[in-house]
Amino acid sequence: MITIHARHKRRAQALLAAAVALLTTLAGVHVAAGAPRTARRPARASSNGVPLPADPTRIVSLSGSSTQDLFADGAGKQVVAVDEYSTYPKNAPRTKLSGFDPNVEAIAKYKPDLVVISDNVDNLEQHLAALHIAVLVEPAPPTFNGIYPQLLALGQATGHAAQAAAAVTGMKREVASLVASVKQEKPPLTVYDELDQTYYSVSSETFIGQVFTMLGLKNIADAAAKGTTYPQLSSEYIVASNPDLIVLSDTLCCGQSYKTVAARPGWSTIAAVKNHDVLTVNDTIASQWGPLFVDFFKQVAGAVRKIEHR
Amino acid sequence: MQAAIPPGPEEVRSRGLPPLWALGALCFLIAAVLVGLTVGPTHISPWMIARSAFAHLFGLRSPLSQQDDAIVWQIRAPAVALGGLVGMMLAVAGASYQGTFRNPLADPYLLGVSEGAGAGATIVIAFFPAAAGTELLPLAAFIGGLVAVALAYLLGNSVARTGGAGALILAGVTIAAFMTAIQTFLQQRQSDTLQQVYAWILGGLSGATWHAVLLVLPWIAISATVLIAHRRILDVLSVGEEEAGSLGVDVRRARVLIVVAATVGTSAAVAVSGLIGFVGIIVPHTIRLLVSSSYRAIVPLSLLVGAGFLILTNVLAETVLSPETLPIGVVTAFFGAPFFAIVLRRTRWVGL
Repeated sequence: MITIHARHKRRAQALLAAAVALLTTLAGVHVAAGAPRTARRPARASSNGVPLPADPTRIVSLSGSSTQDLFADGAGKQVVAVDEYSTYPKNAPRTKLSGFDPNVEAIAKYKPDLVVISDNVDNLEQHLAALHIAVLVEPAPPTFNGIYPQLLALGQATGHAAQAAAAVTGMKREVASLVASVKQEKPPLTVYDELDQTYYSVSSETFIGQVFTMLGLKNIADAAAKGTTYPQLSSEYIVASNPDLIVLSDTLCCGQSYKTVAARPGWSTIAAVKNHDVLTVNDTIASQWGPLFVDFFKQVAGAVRKIEHR
Repeated sequence: MQAAIPPGPEEVRSRGLPPLWALGALCFLIAAVLVGLTVGPTHISPWMIARSAFAHLFGLRSPLSQQDDAIVWQIRAPAVALGGLVGMMLAVAGASYQGTFRNPLADPYLLGVSEGAGAGATIVIAFFPAAAGTELLPLAAFIGGLVAVALAYLLGNSVARTGGAGALILAGVTIAAFMTAIQTFLQQRQSDTLQQVYAWILGGLSGATWHAVLLVLPWIAISATVLIAHRRILDVLSVGEEEAGSLGVDVRRARVLIVVAATVGTSAAVAVSGLIGFVGIIVPHTIRLLVSSSYRAIVPLSLLVGAGFLILTNVLAETVLSPETLPIGVVTAFFGAPFFAIVLRRTRWVGL
């Protein structure tokens, strides 16, 4: 069930946890929360003890971010199946497989020699180990720079280390020029990044939030991020914080737009709404830690420049 | 189940609505409204809020900044109004269900309103995603709730022609399970809807608008009025179906009216605020334990206290971890359960 993207998943987990708390008081509804995240392992070892094949030729990716990485590394031809949410690149062999509610037998039918996942849901690693299938777990990184090692690790594991290194160099160069393109005003511009219409947001302790930090923005969600990196804010707090920039990462999932935001009660007083500095982004690109994430970086930098040059 | 001694004059009088308790409950509601308007993640002085209320009433210029004015009158005030309406509805519907089914565990969702509404909302989110932000969503939830209870009623009635409470509750459980199956199946098929469905279920009052208030006001007003008008019948029903029948009450007719009224009001409440648990159970029982076991006291007091309780709960949800918010259902149970445990321990349990 649910969605792929890490933050969607986290938000969904937060929602699920809250839903479970609520629903158990109402009725006996059981919702399985995701399994705990596993620690990163060294690049050359698999995550589940099965030795990595020297040259994997039948890769299954159940993570949209890793699918992006594999194709950017030049390992696309070795990928036989990707999950339903691996939207990019367009020519990836999408299937009905799910990384959130994985079906071991359905995965095994593709006879993979390597399975890449973002979370060890339902003990998938162990189940695939029983079938002697190597697994790599590539979870959502806590920092923006954490994107690069995964790109490199997947390149190494698939025999494309050089191309992966080139992809990383290209990404780093583009990010550096985007960071240099903004003035980083003092006092900093403020930003609110919206994950859904119930005001779930991201703190600076995430690879998404770090984009704002790197561009010199102050994130209004940080004050609310007590023990959670994906806090739920209140409408009143957002209006009172009066952000200069609103980033809508809920355009695809939840149909939000400048129009729906401006129509919310009280929101027309927010600077970002008054000045039309409401940036609509593609939810999928804005939540996957793959090479396309630079596009999100570019969009935010563009919006910041627009405000600075006014 | 009542005391063995025949009721004396004292006892009879205490079965009505005690004026002091009524006054206390009214004060509680007024205090809750004031807290709801003045307390939030942002500090805005109550004196300025009072002045701006005055200014708005007489068409003067509000002394608050444009932003603070929007926070108070477009964000806090609709949440207070909607919280009051939803809280009063759930508490009154809960009290009525407890009386008519003579079941202390009865809550407004007993006959499948919430599951029906959930299925209705999920159908819209799954098949008409473009309409999910429009009025179609609350409308579908509203209709879903009504349909579920209507089906439960038809099923229960076909089993026990006298409209027996036991058959009706079982029918409600059956329909609720079926509706949950529909909702879960649709979510499983279209997993990207899950997030929207849960956002709706946990909706609470954070998205409250004046528009939503006006949308549910007529339904809740009519429903609450009907239920209050039936408070004496509820007293008679509480002695038992056969006894009530021998006292000249058309049990079946009374139960239909009460169930219809409670269902319409609850469906409207669920449609705009999602599922808010515990209010419909805790508020009537607290009044029953503290004030009187007569529905002539329980129903009107539930209305006032339920409204105040949900308004205050919403303030807690928005401020406890401020500026982070909590789902309101978590807060109602987290603060409501210990409070109710204290009430339960300090009083003597009397069967319904």
